[in-house]
Amino acid sequence: MKNDKAEYLIIGNSTAAISAVEGIRTIDKITPIMLVSKEPYHTYSRPLISSLLAGKLNEEKMYYRPKEFYEENGVHEQLGVEAGRIDVQDNIVWTAANQAITFGKLLIATGGSPSIPPIEGWKTNGVFTHMCWNDAQTILNYITNNSFKHDGLTAVVVGGGLIGIKAAEALCARGLHVVIVEAADRMLSSCLNPAASQLVEETMREAGVEIRCGNTAERILNANGVVSGVVLKKGEIIPAQIIIIAAGVAPNIDMVKGTAIGVDRGILIDECCRTSAQDIYAAGDVAQYKDTITGNSCVIPIFPNAFRQGRTAGINMAGGKAVLPANFAMNSAEIFGLPVISLGLAAASAENFEVIEKINKTERSYKRFVLNNNCIVGALFISDIERAGIIAGLIREKLDITKIKELLLTNEFGLLSLPAEYRKHVVRGEGIEV
Amino acid sequence: MRKWLVQPEFDITRDQERCIQCQVCVRQCANDVHEYDDEDGVVCSENAGCVGCHRCATLCPTGAVKINQSKLDFRPNAYWTPSIIRNVYKQSEGGGILLSSMGNDRPFRNYWDMMVLNASQVTNPSIDPLREPMELTTYLGRKPDRIEVEKSGNGFSLKTKLAPQLHLEIPIMFSAMSYGSISLNAATALARAAMEMGTFANSGEGGLHWSLHPYAENMIVQVASGRFGVNAEYLNRSAAVEIKIGQGAKPGIGGHLPGEKVDASISETRMIPEGTDALSPAPHHDIYSIEDLRQLILALKEVTQNTKPVSVKIAAVHNVAAIASGCVHAGADIVAIDGFRGGTGAAPTMIRDNVGIPTELALAAVDERLRKEGIRNRASLVVAGGFRCSADIVKAIALGADAVYIATSALVAMGCHLCQKCYTGKCNWGIATQDPYLMKRLNPDVATRRLINLLRSWELEIKEMLGGMGVNAIESLRGNREHLRGVGLDQTELETLGIKPAGMGA
Amino acid sequence: MKRIYAREAYCLGCRLCEINCMVKHSRSKKIIKAFRKERDILQPSLQVENSGLLSFAVQCRHCDDAPCIDACITGAMHRDSKTGAVVCDESRCAGCWSCIMVCPAGAIRRGKERKVASKCDLCVAEKMPVCVANCPNEALVYEER
Repeated sequence: MKNDKAEYLIIGNSTAAISAVEGIRTIDKITPIMLVSKEPYHTYSRPLISSLLAGKLNEEKMYYRPKEFYEENGVHEQLGVEAGRIDVQDNIVWTAANQAITFGKLLIATGGSPSIPPIEGWKTNGVFTHMCWNDAQTILNYITNNSFKHDGLTAVVVGGGLIGIKAAEALCARGLHVVIVEAADRMLSSCLNPAASQLVEETMREAGVEIRCGNTAERILNANGVVSGVVLKKGEIIPAQIIIIAAGVAPNIDMVKGTAIGVDRGILIDECCRTSAQDIYAAGDVAQYKDTITGNSCVIPIFPNAFRQGRTAGINMAGGKAVLPANFAMNSAEIFGLPVISLGLAAASAENFEVIEKINKTERSYKRFVLNNNCIVGALFISDIERAGIIAGLIREKLDITKIKELLLTNEFGLLSLPAEYRKHVVRGEGIEV
Repeated sequence: MRKWLVQPEFDITRDQERCIQCQVCVRQCANDVHEYDDEDGVVCSENAGCVGCHRCATLCPTGAVKINQSKLDFRPNAYWTPSIIRNVYKQSEGGGILLSSMGNDRPFRNYWDMMVLNASQVTNPSIDPLREPMELTTYLGRKPDRIEVEKSGNGFSLKTKLAPQLHLEIPIMFSAMSYGSISLNAATALARAAMEMGTFANSGEGGLHWSLHPYAENMIVQVASGRFGVNAEYLNRSAAVEIKIGQGAKPGIGGHLPGEKVDASISETRMIPEGTDALSPAPHHDIYSIEDLRQLILALKEVTQNTKPVSVKIAAVHNVAAIASGCVHAGADIVAIDGFRGGTGAAPTMIRDNVGIPTELALAAVDERLRKEGIRNRASLVVAGGFRCSADIVKAIALGADAVYIATSALVAMGCHLCQKCYTGKCNWGIATQDPYLMKRLNPDVATRRLINLLRSWELEIKEMLGGMGVNAIESLRGNREHLRGVGLDQTELETLGIKPAGMGA
Repeated sequence: MKRIYAREAYCLGCRLCEINCMVKHSRSKKIIKAFRKERDILQPSLQVENSGLLSFAVQCRHCDDAPCIDACITGAMHRDSKTGAVVCDESRCAGCWSCIMVCPAGAIRRGKERKVASKCDLCVAEKMPVCVANCPNEALVYEER
């Protein structure tokens, strides 16, 4: 087996990896880049897999960058090649097939994998995760190729986070009846407070989804080796033909365990995306860095953050100088047609923070601002999501908003509510990073 | 109590085929005439508040809005015209002085349109201003009775010391419009355009706002009866000082800027307390004779170390010639005559329309009188009051003016539609208002550009007319009444104007 | 590159910029027809913010370091290599609104006609963006800074 040498080696083929390529190319337009990826696909947008499952788009629309991307950017892509382990001393990455690739600079952008909770019988035929293209395709094949009749097909989704809800949405679009089970007391508990969750749950129920909160799946039942139902902790038995496990994601850090690369839950990086090992960088869902708002070191598996980390890593790998901008949780999605945007500590309790909010239950519109020391540290928008980006800027800039607190909920809130200096900075076109 | 007799003067018609309910008219009317009915989803208009300023019609993106004079017709009456009848209604319902703005709008004889210019043919060929130099440069100030030259080197040099002169690139200046009657944006545009075109703008009696100090070398500052903003720095900063004795629009009476319009900025510029009425009394209370005027002229010349011309502005009244002569004898370097078509921010309608005499006749009379006395050279004559086009200006110069002041045409160039409601302070074009919301409508960059365009256009036209007359320097036209002929004027008028009737040769 | 800048001192809040933008991006391109037949789907790419005396138009800044491009999950939001403008490829837009979430000027809106991100495209086919050309008070300028 031929051994390879690469000045720039990237493990991964998703957001952070691609933006790292683009970051390298802003500095170094010539040196070839090698990219290895476990998945065999041309780079695709991971969040779109639920749309693929739902039948809303075809294969061509899945790709994150045009077909010519690798060629135009001087990338030698090795798709379907899995990286096994890293030799930190000698700068070698060993593939699963025992091929050695010596690198000048390495970026680990391996993302995360679904974590499976302790459910008895989860290895049954008909139980799936919903994390990558293969997952979506497999689920789709299972539904369509099966001898089941579509009416009466029930799916149970374990996990009421964004991935679970998106999976539920896709399966509904395919005509299945969906029951979603969540351990916390409400849907999307990490980014929605109870009032917001209630609006989301109403919308989901209207679409025919059954919701079981404060409950978990204990045991998966099967008939003839094929899923036939789920037993919940509280005792209920739900007959089902498909189970989707979406109960959390863990960073793919297996290949760095036992090496000198500092790791916690994710791979620890500094503000330049460097790991503790020389010449080795990490970015994206696998990386762990300081949360701008809380100051805590954590993994924030969010698309824009992954992109920024990838680019920062790329620029630094190529000899440029870049530092990570603000890093905090944020989500935007339409949940069964209801637009929801959450920023920072959107779900924080009013017991610990100052909260300003306005809800209109009939219109299902909600705006919530969480303040700490007169700075916005979290915000939530349901239905009325326009201008949310302005708030994201205020969170990042840690602007003191004492003078404009009363304006936050008004209809006219906009750039003109902000101090002229800040506003001019935005309008001048230099762009503020979020 | 509702004023039943006072009916709307304008009809607003909205072509519903063209109206797209964009509500631009609703947002732009300062008189809240247009309104959007949410329930019915249409824009509707109330004729009563409309002043005929055309702001809505101009901005309407589909041209759906049209403004017409009220179609409520009276029985035809050449004597009791609709506006006269309406004035009586206004007074019977309101009980007060009728106020108006801008200039006399009555159909008095318009002499400009009854004079025609000459053109060259066969002999004294015409000149093409695009190919040959055409001199419009004008100097305003006292010209000496005689000059002495002395030999110097191979040539001669001037021995006589000349009195201070204003150098104008074109014989057109911006007339006095006080900051207070017009907005700061408008005043800025006038100052900038004057500087750009190498001429002068008159600050009016409101003092000189500090932001206009960079333009002060192109400003003529006024010392009016209220002495607003007058101190030594103000006088020395300027290019010339003008004592305002009278104004063509309202001869004999003073001025009044209501306290509501005296905000912080105006208070600072005029040097009066905020919120107080700015009253300019009719006479200067230290000028009760021509000797008093002379004393003030000398005082101003002393303060400015005799480096600046001093001008005296008088209204055109019956004995304007004698008054002008007196001013020249008193030491004025420039005499400015303001005829009865001159505009104003606010004046009683009766006085605006009935007091004073036409600019043309006043000019001819003064020029004639000064020549007869042999003192025509001692002061330049600047004429003001209703110059609408470059032809009026050429005729004025032929009648004897050294230069003209324009004001109404400058405001029209900036967007004024002559609705004559300046006195309400609700100028929809941002010109005659201090309302911060309305002031935004006059972008000083745009206004400056428009003024410069106007002056440039007139400059070119004047050159064309001069060239057509076979004249290549404005100096040759000045006071040269041979270039004018009267059409339809009676003998007395011809004599007053000092021109021949058309048809009569040289 | 040239961008559109709003001068607060001269904006009257008349919204003629919004109207002209809507017409330019309508199907019929004729103002009366567009407002009659397409009113439900007309949406301006810029919006006039107005409060009391203060008003100005806000549109996409076409940032050099555009957060919307970074946040776009499908790669639909990209920079036009010829003009430098930030443009959304509507055929690839998934309507996730991540761009709305990160835009510091709040300049992106949800499309009315289709579920795609809607924002200023600098009227790239024209000499000058129609909002700038039609502002009655020249409050919008199109220049390089």
